[in-house]
Amino acid sequence: MSKKSKVLRTLEYVILSILSIVSIFPFFWMIIAATNKSVDVSKGTLLPGTYFMENLRTLLDSDLNYLGAFKNSLVIAVLTTAIAMVVSSAAGYAFQIYKSKGRDVVFNFILLSMMVPFAALMVPLFRLFTKFRNIPVLKFVALDTPGSVIIIAVATAFLIFFFRQNTKTFPKELVEAARIDGLGEFGIFTRIFMPTMKSTYAAAVVVTFMSSWNNYLWPLIALQSGGKRTLPLIISAMGSSYTPDYGMMMTAVVIATIPTALIFFLMQKQFVAGMTGSVKG
Amino acid sequence: MRDKKKVNIKPWLFIVPSLVLITLFVFYPMIQAFITSLQTGMGNNLKFSGAANYKRLLTDSTFRKALFNTVLYLIVQVPIMILLALAISSMLNDKRLKCKGFFRTAIFLPCVTSLVAYSIIFKSLFATDGFVNAMLMNLHIIDAPIAWITTTGFARALIIIAITWRWTGYNMIFYLAGLQGIDDSVYEAAAIDGATGFQKFRYMTLPLLKPIILFTTINSTIGTLQLFDEPMNITSGGPANATITISQYIYNLLFKYQPNFGYAAAVSYVIVVLIVILSFIQMKVGDDKE
Repeated sequence: MSKKSKVLRTLEYVILSILSIVSIFPFFWMIIAATNKSVDVSKGTLLPGTYFMENLRTLLDSDLNYLGAFKNSLVIAVLTTAIAMVVSSAAGYAFQIYKSKGRDVVFNFILLSMMVPFAALMVPLFRLFTKFRNIPVLKFVALDTPGSVIIIAVATAFLIFFFRQNTKTFPKELVEAARIDGLGEFGIFTRIFMPTMKSTYAAAVVVTFMSSWNNYLWPLIALQSGGKRTLPLIISAMGSSYTPDYGMMMTAVVIATIPTALIFFLMQKQFVAGMTGSVKG
Repeated sequence: MRDKKKVNIKPWLFIVPSLVLITLFVFYPMIQAFITSLQTGMGNNLKFSGAANYKRLLTDSTFRKALFNTVLYLIVQVPIMILLALAISSMLNDKRLKCKGFFRTAIFLPCVTSLVAYSIIFKSLFATDGFVNAMLMNLHIIDAPIAWITTTGFARALIIIAITWRWTGYNMIFYLAGLQGIDDSVYEAAAIDGATGFQKFRYMTLPLLKPIILFTTINSTIGTLQLFDEPMNITSGGPANATITISQYIYNLLFKYQPNFGYAAAVSYVIVVLIVILSFIQMKVGDDKE
């Protein structure tokens, strides 16, 4: 290796190390802050403290209803993910397995919805979901119910596209064979396709759970009453207080980040595949 | 005959639930928003008034601020992030680099945080009595703490720093995937021909990654035009609307002031038009260089 490229190589390591530190530091600091008293956090301590349990107690005793919000977030994220896996995967599967001209047109139409900014939907969706309150069958998805947050996220162009792309790797001979064995079209989907495509589903589960767990704008609009709020709403409210208790606030952030961080470290491959929508992962 | 019909209807049964939901919650509201944007009035008492809301946009100084900020974030932050992500991914694509997995994981890590959570962390880190000021003062880079959240220029810079932190790793992953698809022999041949690292990057990596760069640029453009969570939680749009975005202004029009559905809908259509125009331009530019 020449002298010049050695210098370059060292420079590369220095740059990458600095960027890695910058990327990790906020996580590190959040844990430091969660284990220290608020005053010490303000002083700029960088040592892990022993104040975590006290911070946790302050958080749980506060009138923010943190546990309730955790439960709300969990219920919404789990139900959204479960329903989305059936609804969106069925569509993605069908677009690929039963290809036809008409269905390709519909597929492109669905893809178009990716271009629509949520900001443009805020006004009409708010009014639409308010109207649902007066329609008996739709009450369970009306404004200020968990249903209103779930129903809007179970069919997305991204997921349908993701499942259609991945269905390309599903051997069509399996479908033919199952038909000969007398299995119906729905049976083929639930009993052959679903078990075969486990890794595709895993990636889709990860990304759907993540975006539901982290969703902020629509829940902020839809869930107005205190007891219905999700974690991002509670954390946001804490952040806007004038005299923030950093220790308690970062405890809340740490606990809210644990589920997604766990998913990331346990299922890194599916996580990346789901985030990028890539086929191979 | 009966059999053929059965095969034809069943596929649609798989698709219909999704199609109904997306139509009801995306396309129908989209049209509804346009109709509402032609109406004025408070609350639900709306009357048609032609282009009145759109005319009002022209003289609305808060809207002008929101538009300016959104475009500013777009033209400053997106290029910085894309170039940074490209640089990192070409460094990481080097086969002889050690600790590659660590660097990649570390730089991708910000993607696991929710937008609200990281906004709160940044708000705390950059508070006037926060860690960043303390560190800068200890290093004698500054004498007095910087009021990041409440000074126009610093507040905008903070938003840009925050978004770059959160999304660079995300874009990097796309480029890494693209680079892995490029055959090493291409680079080896170039090295034999005496190409420098920068030449390889400029004349080989960039053109080969073009479709992915185009995709991520459009993606980031759409995301930035809808920016909401960060300004809402880091600066609340302040000081004096200096960091407010269009999405945040729409939210304010709906929930902070007396709800004005018609005008809010008109503002939201500005985002739609911007997305359509910018995506179109980017796709055109992407095609021309072919």
